[in-house]
Amino acid sequence: MGIIETDKLIFEYIRRDEDGNVEGITRAVDEVDLDITQGDFIAILGHNGSGKSTLAKHMNAILTPTEGTIWVDGRDTRKEDEVWEIRQTAGMVFQNPDNQIIGQVVEEDVGFGPENMGVPTKEIWERVEESLKAVGMYEFRKYSPNKLSGGQKQRVSIAGVLAMHPKCIVLDEPTAMLDPNGRKEVIRAVRALNDVENVTVILITHYMEEIIHADKVFVMDAGRIAMQGTPREIFSNVEKIKELRLDVPQVTLLAHELQKRGIDLPDGILGTEELVNEIMKRSKQCQ
Amino acid sequence: MSIILDHVSHVYGNDTTLAVKALDDVSLMIPDGQFIGLIGHTGSGKSTLVQHLNGLIKATGGHIYFNGQDIDDKDYDKRELRSKVGLVFQYPEHQLFEEDVFKDVCFGPKNLGLSRQETELRAYEALKKVGLPDECFYQSPFDLSGGQKRRAAIAGVLAMKPEVLILDEPTAGLDPKGREEILSQIVKLKEESQITIILVSHSMEDVAEYVERILVMNHGKVVYDDVPREVFAHYRELEEMGLAAPQVTYIMHKLKAKGLDVDENATTIKEAADMIARALKG
Repeated sequence: MGIIETDKLIFEYIRRDEDGNVEGITRAVDEVDLDITQGDFIAILGHNGSGKSTLAKHMNAILTPTEGTIWVDGRDTRKEDEVWEIRQTAGMVFQNPDNQIIGQVVEEDVGFGPENMGVPTKEIWERVEESLKAVGMYEFRKYSPNKLSGGQKQRVSIAGVLAMHPKCIVLDEPTAMLDPNGRKEVIRAVRALNDVENVTVILITHYMEEIIHADKVFVMDAGRIAMQGTPREIFSNVEKIKELRLDVPQVTLLAHELQKRGIDLPDGILGTEELVNEIMKRSKQCQ
Repeated sequence: MSIILDHVSHVYGNDTTLAVKALDDVSLMIPDGQFIGLIGHTGSGKSTLVQHLNGLIKATGGHIYFNGQDIDDKDYDKRELRSKVGLVFQYPEHQLFEEDVFKDVCFGPKNLGLSRQETELRAYEALKKVGLPDECFYQSPFDLSGGQKRRAAIAGVLAMKPEVLILDEPTAGLDPKGREEILSQIVKLKEESQITIILVSHSMEDVAEYVERILVMNHGKVVYDDVPREVFAHYRELEEMGLAAPQVTYIMHKLKAKGLDVDENATTIKEAADMIARALKG
């Protein structure tokens, strides 16, 4: 069994009017079956309202299924006495860094999680140190979070989750409010966690460039998994991706445009180097 | 008719030990009808700059002239200025508050003291301009999708009939299709009504695709002010400032370095694809 597994997961919202009468029911997640392997880097794509965030909130029991089941490291999230363990197994990072930082000083904020878990003081400090080092924020440990940039704050949020030693970290559009540098910093930190610490990463994003290194990509539409595969498989299908209100990385798009202009290139090119090499190969053939 | 900034500076917390220079001797001329992109890393002074343009913050040094008049003159009508220079903040949908979309869009023109008829006419036009479907007009703004909410909020500013529209990251948090919809709507708006648009953005790809002039800010100064291809030719300097060039530019530079005959300063996909195809086919 994987770190996160779902069986026909369904989640419904009940919409009510101003007087509290039921207006209708929206199915935000519709019979989703997932099996995520420990240590994988997973990306979830989907347009606004496709159900990504609702699905993500099931992964640490913020929401529980209307029907079907989700197991986090083998634990059913509907069992209330397991919730504590589940939240330590799967940590979450949200879009807005300002809503997630509570400490007056960076290291205090990162220590908040393990402190609540009852970790001995000495070990809390060890965990704070290693977590801040893992995201490259150790030198800022004595700073006030107010003095940090968006990308730095977001890395502190990640360190806060990391200090709880989770097996899995779920990031819901962590870079949406950041500038290009902030985005790079956060993605680099997340990839390092995955590579070095073997933490399972589940990244939800609207930036296609951020997921080209993922092990597996799920694309959601109307609460269902519409596509799944490696980034290369997913981005090979430019037309379908566009139909789902998404996009492909600029490199892939350029390759696709070149194909349309009659240049023979493989589908689903993801990296800059790869495209440059393919183009140069064609250039030599011509001469 | 234009905006002129003459050696404008702004210091936050002046006379305190925490003084921060957010704008440092900025001089600019913004003529009518331009589509301008404003880029810079977080904290570079972009927001401070745009808030000066409609008088939300007063410059601590220098002068700002809107259509020839100094906006900090004692008898200058700031109210008028704010209706002429519309500012759409980041996540503008957080400012929606009325019970239906139409009423929300009416709020601005109503506050200008216009007649009910004129107010409603403007609200209707503005909602049409942002491409919101009619059936949304009398829905609660909170029942709209993310992209629709944002367009409703932009309509609220458009209903003031601004001559200059400033949008602070209008596409943040939207899916790619939603981003494209908002941006192409803005382009259409500019073509139809000839207003000046200033787009604050973190997406180099968007800026390269849509604007005709880019202002790059760093440490409170405008460091580059040019057409996209010229600005992105400085991609190494931009990286040092925490920015980047569009991915396409990097590809073109690499191809050029390997000896392919292309113009390395192409900034849009279409431009790049045409050039590479031409170079390969000879």
